[in-house]
Amino acid sequence: MSLLEHEIAAAAAWTLPLAAGRELRLTAQGDGANCSVLLFAARDRLDRLNIPDTLKAQMSACIRPPMVLMSDRGTALASVTASTLDWHDCLTGHSLDHHVAAFGTSTYAGDRNDWRRSARHGLLAELHKHGLQAVDLHACVNFFSKVAVAQDERGSLEFVPRHAVAGDWVSLRAEQDLLVICSTAPHPMDPAWAPAPVRAVVTAVPPWDSDDPSVTFRAESARALAAARGVFA
Amino acid sequence: MASPLRAEDAALDLTVQAGDGFAGLIPAGGEFRIVDLCGNQAADTLFYDATDLANRYSATDSIREQGAVYLTAGSRLLSQRGEELVTISADTCGRHDTLGGACAQESNVVRYGTHTRHQHACRETFLRYGAAHGIGPRELGHNINFFMNVPLTAAGGLTFADGVSAPGKYVQVRAARDVLVLISNCPQLNNPCNGWDPTPIRLLGWW
Repeated sequence: MSLLEHEIAAAAAWTLPLAAGRELRLTAQGDGANCSVLLFAARDRLDRLNIPDTLKAQMSACIRPPMVLMSDRGTALASVTASTLDWHDCLTGHSLDHHVAAFGTSTYAGDRNDWRRSARHGLLAELHKHGLQAVDLHACVNFFSKVAVAQDERGSLEFVPRHAVAGDWVSLRAEQDLLVICSTAPHPMDPAWAPAPVRAVVTAVPPWDSDDPSVTFRAESARALAAARGVFA
Repeated sequence: MASPLRAEDAALDLTVQAGDGFAGLIPAGGEFRIVDLCGNQAADTLFYDATDLANRYSATDSIREQGAVYLTAGSRLLSQRGEELVTISADTCGRHDTLGGACAQESNVVRYGTHTRHQHACRETFLRYGAAHGIGPRELGHNINFFMNVPLTAAGGLTFADGVSAPGKYVQVRAARDVLVLISNCPQLNNPCNGWDPTPIRLLGWW
């Protein structure tokens, strides 16, 4: 029984306040979908997603189940409970206006609601609605996208086209009350402008217990989850 | 790649002790060098547009636009608006990390346990030295770890390897605009990023 269902249009932006104990499932509605996601703790939006801390605590260079997404203050914001994909990019950021401009001029006057806007455009619009600003931007997770890292001296990056196909999904369990801000603009390294909608479904789920895969994954993951329960000790 | 600039001609020359920090202006066109005096020392560094703190260094934008994970000579360090703040103009170390972020008391607890909660950490230094310049937690982005080696694997893993630096190795940047630099000379004792023994760095500036 879902609490909320919403289709985020292709290349659009959206904000979801997500209560602790709810699970958000994002499902790609087309091949090559991308969903750039920012996370803030709703209790105190100074505490936000910290990708470097998330990666080094769990010795990963990408986001995959059962990793815990951690905040600046070492608390679990959300657990990646399950996904059809084992790699979600978090190294290469969201698109800027100049990425979109490479596909040619597009305006509302000419293209109406199909006009091409960058992820930055949409994320800033959503941040502003909630009293946040450009200074609150941080490294995002690009759900459904993969950028491979070569084993050369530079650590060369290579975008993997159509890593996700229609129907691929990822589920996030909120470990505290969250503000989830997302954009479905294409990945900034995608050579094509082929945005896809993403379906969001929210359900109520039980809280983690000692057998939870995110708890047993690593001691670091368990400590971040415990810290999230202690934010209002 | 070495630089011909000599220490005796520098306008700025100071030593930052282990666990201490620095904040200061690099004027447009100025050259700024960080010297790893004793080797294997991580210098956690952030750059800001001096006229707009929201226009700050962005690790994700910098690595995406150069198409490679590691920073080295020639790397343009971009802001989150995609604008160039500095370029690495000289580097005798070889490569530097920008994915490992900074240590914090809170993230130390996650990584190592509650006994590390009150150990000194980079985020403390960033906030202490940043405060005089209007830099608070909102303005803290994901930093560069000069002299630190964090190899990524093809399978999507991340590891902390022994340092590629050595005594006297340095990295130097040229400012593309007036830039504020904020440094924490990392005090971390719980992993090999400082060779288990934090040591001083030397800062040199020519302008």
